[in-house]
Amino acid sequence: MTDTIAEHADPGLAKGVPLVEMEGVGKSYGAIRALEGVNLTVNAGEVACVLGDNGAGKSTLIKIISGLHGHTEGVLKVDGQERKFGSPRESLDAGIATVYQDLAVVGLMEVWRNFFLGSEIRKGKYPLAPLDIKAMREIADAELQKMGIVVKDINQPIGTLSGGQRQCVAIARAVYFGARVLILDEPTAALGVKQSGVVLKYTAAARDAGLGVVFITHNPHHAYLVGDHFIILKLGRRVLDKKRSEVTLEELTGEMAGGQELAELSHELKR
Amino acid sequence: MSSSVVAKPPTAPAAAPPGRAERSLISRVLGRPEVGALVAAIVIFGFFYAVAPPFRTLPALATVLYASSTIGIVAVGVALLMIGGEFDLSAGVAVTTAALSAAMLSYQLSLNIWVGVIVSLAIALAIGFVNGYLVVRTGIPSFLITLSTFFILQGVNLGVTKLITGTVATPNASRLDGFDAGRAIFASDIPLGFITVKVTVLWWLAFVAIGTWILLRSRTGNWVTASGGNAASARAVGVPVRKVKIGLFMGVAFLGWFLGMHLLFNFSTVQAGLGVGNEFIYIIASVVGGALLTGGYGSAVGSALGAFIFGMTNQGIVFAGWDPNWFRAFLGLMLLLAVMVNLYIKNYAAGRR
Repeated sequence: MTDTIAEHADPGLAKGVPLVEMEGVGKSYGAIRALEGVNLTVNAGEVACVLGDNGAGKSTLIKIISGLHGHTEGVLKVDGQERKFGSPRESLDAGIATVYQDLAVVGLMEVWRNFFLGSEIRKGKYPLAPLDIKAMREIADAELQKMGIVVKDINQPIGTLSGGQRQCVAIARAVYFGARVLILDEPTAALGVKQSGVVLKYTAAARDAGLGVVFITHNPHHAYLVGDHFIILKLGRRVLDKKRSEVTLEELTGEMAGGQELAELSHELKR
Repeated sequence: MSSSVVAKPPTAPAAAPPGRAERSLISRVLGRPEVGALVAAIVIFGFFYAVAPPFRTLPALATVLYASSTIGIVAVGVALLMIGGEFDLSAGVAVTTAALSAAMLSYQLSLNIWVGVIVSLAIALAIGFVNGYLVVRTGIPSFLITLSTFFILQGVNLGVTKLITGTVATPNASRLDGFDAGRAIFASDIPLGFITVKVTVLWWLAFVAIGTWILLRSRTGNWVTASGGNAASARAVGVPVRKVKIGLFMGVAFLGWFLGMHLLFNFSTVQAGLGVGNEFIYIIASVVGGALLTGGYGSAVGSALGAFIFGMTNQGIVFAGWDPNWFRAFLGLMLLLAVMVNLYIKNYAAGRR
């Protein structure tokens, strides 16, 4: 399962080197501050977990890194250079690939078309060059088999795969096209236990291949399985920022469940 | 540090694909968007062949093909646009706008008619661009944007024509320079040995072939399907969704212009009120041909089959000696059936097996 990732990962990635650095990054939508003062470092070969409840600012954070929205304050550095992305294409070109939970694939398109969407192989460079369909089918088929994803037919619509498989295809696609930083937006949110396991193993494989991974979730159990660094957001602010060695699963779970607020509530509701 | 999770080596050897079987032929055939339209076309052809003796002759086939081509040419563009997830309700009157502007510009200024032909192409493409630009820029559904364009163009067609010519039709343009060349390209009769067809039939088939090639064999086609199927997802992997959509609106505008030129060179004079209602016929042809209203699915060949069904029904009712007033009722029934068949097929194709 790790073959395809190890094979396509950038060999120049050295574990521990910072790939993306955010310093005091914030974003306002008009008068509403969705995110403020967030520091986040994504190192090669490490998984940075961003946890938070609904509306905590997780999506805003992803959108800034993946180029869907520009940030309005703070500094975003990629490979040490200050950047502000104007489109997802710019972010992709900088080696940052994002896998969204619900919009990872186009359901009615064939598996191979999804795999190569936006980065199609063509028979030539001229404007009307036709697609090299044979090559794309063979590559997609081979890559999926290496991952252990069994599809009846590479030509079937990707909507016929299970949620976990679709998620894995999207991750494999990102890595295949040379992503150095992988952003996973709630990859396990809609999945069952077994399928979540597949995605988590795949996340770990990407980390082991030297990629920097940003893992967004509201499930501390999943985060703790793969994470090296944990950040908890609440109402757009950072309320916890600890390395794996400094935090326990109980602490994470407690903080996610409401932390101090929950303790007060439990005291108040004491029976 | 990562001891809690160890990525396992592949459990299945890559060489032997376990559980991989070719999808059955039925499942692959039903996965094509145009299969419903093909069955319907065969049934309707057989039906009129049985009940209307004049329908069986080759000249009748030529008539049917001509009627089909006048719908089918624009329907190719509309089908691609719908696959890209948008509508164009202004396509019907935009055809008339193109024909009127070419005719009046050339006639009033006594120019070679090709000047009008070229300028009207620019006008048509500009209308398409404005439609597309407004849709992607504002995010307002294309249904509303193009409904507005539809009314604007309908009014402008009548108003400007009345202002310039004093009537609601253009003067006869057939004596202008360059008219014969235009007629040869846009409106001539082509003898094919056993049958003589209007040149629009050949253009129609060419456009369908081009549309199919774009959709299935080009990168642009991939982007069209993705933009309609899931625009956010397509954008996230770097597909220029906005450009694709604007391009599709301009494609419809180009094909509308082409049909407009046919009308001009075929009839020499253009009625300003023409074209209203045709936008829905184009949409019906596309939907009967398997295009989904929600985008992301459909085919150019399907739109041709849809247009052919339209042509057969349109002429078949006449050949059968029935009251042509029933035509629209029949068209509505066809649409309803097609939508239901397509829903079934889409669920079949998208469902897990």
